[in-house]
Amino acid sequence: MRNLIIFIGKHHFVLLFITLEIISCSLIINNSYYQQLVFLNATNEMTGKVNNTISNITGYFHLKETNKQLAEENARLRSSVVSSFIKTSDSVFIINDTLYRQQYRYVEAKVIKNSYNKRNNYLMLNKGSDQGVKKEMAVITSNGIVGIVNEVSKNFSSVMSVLHKDTKISAMIRKNKYKGTIVWNESDYKTGNLIDIEPHVKFVKGDTVVTSGNSHIFPEGIFIGTIKSYSIKPGDNFYCIKINFSTDFNRVEYVYIVKNFYKEEQLKLLNTQKNEQ
Amino acid sequence: MNNKVFSNILRLIILVALQVLIFNNVNFSGYINPYIYVIFILMLPFEIPGWLLLVTAFFAGLMIDVFSNTMGMHAAASVFMAFCRPGIIRALSAGKENDSDFRPNVNDMGLYRFILYALILVSIHHMIYFYIETFRLGEFFRTFFRAVLSILFTTLIVVLSQYAFSKSKVK
Repeated sequence: MRNLIIFIGKHHFVLLFITLEIISCSLIINNSYYQQLVFLNATNEMTGKVNNTISNITGYFHLKETNKQLAEENARLRSSVVSSFIKTSDSVFIINDTLYRQQYRYVEAKVIKNSYNKRNNYLMLNKGSDQGVKKEMAVITSNGIVGIVNEVSKNFSSVMSVLHKDTKISAMIRKNKYKGTIVWNESDYKTGNLIDIEPHVKFVKGDTVVTSGNSHIFPEGIFIGTIKSYSIKPGDNFYCIKINFSTDFNRVEYVYIVKNFYKEEQLKLLNTQKNEQ
Repeated sequence: MNNKVFSNILRLIILVALQVLIFNNVNFSGYINPYIYVIFILMLPFEIPGWLLLVTAFFAGLMIDVFSNTMGMHAAASVFMAFCRPGIIRALSAGKENDSDFRPNVNDMGLYRFILYALILVSIHHMIYFYIETFRLGEFFRTFFRAVLSILFTTLIVVLSQYAFSKSKVK
């Protein structure tokens, strides 16, 4: 026992170093996989307030640009509502509302912290569990996809951006409906990669890529970007496609959080399917 | 003694604020992310006991982690940097480190030695941080390139900050 104490006293510097490194590594691992540490949520509230104040100040510099974007979106939506269409037929028709059930609801939120220059990027939004935000909800802008909610505190939520090495989003080429996956292996926040497209699929540069609706997170047909270039390596079974993101990650300011009313049902079905296998 | 503790705590708070508010948003051409809070670890006095050096480095890293959503990554890099510090100081300062008047700055160490001291420790910190962040061998060279650019930029800021803020000694 005495020898042990002497040993610890002699090598306390190295031992302390190893202990602290182990603590840091466990923090890294816990944060990437579980992310449910209680104290993390508490600090999230605190840092959320700091970031909120910063974004309130910097938000003023982009007011003009944001207004323009919102006005453009309003104009587009206004032109697609029923009242802006002329009836071409005089015969009476009834819109039966029970035919449609709402599947997605959009909640607007403000980005209070944004990163796009790291290998793994996160955004922070000013809506949290009190406003009905839950984990694994989709986040989009009027221009395209942004990411997936990965952590929620009372009034704030953290979003795993598309610009993250673990983000995988099911996508398709709009004109022929072939499905692939969006990942981000680039160093540039303007370009991403579309993988898992087979060599027989025909497409050209500039084709639009949208979300496929195969996942229970993103609705179908949300813009992702356009095809920038493509190649196929010899001996490879899939295309290597680069796309230009339609979202400008540098200046996302107001986003929509997408709530899927039928997510539980879809997940339940998926789980029973898994259990049977 | 108290004066020294106080000035170091003040330096830590200012550097963390600068890092979180300004330098986390700095991004030249998508490659350069300087992490200037390492100045705090570089500037800790030489006679600080080993355990205190490690613990303060850990908490400095953790503070940055909490604000930039990278739980543990900065802490790991900072602790490793602090672990390497005594050995590098011994190699560079040629026995003068036991002088109580000898502090880690440009005036006491000389420009050449200080740049070397900062460059080695900043390199250790940034290399570890960037590789932990990426955590993929497939992107080895791209990460290396990013890390080297950031190392040069951070070192430049460290050296410039010496001239901007250190009191010049009357000789």
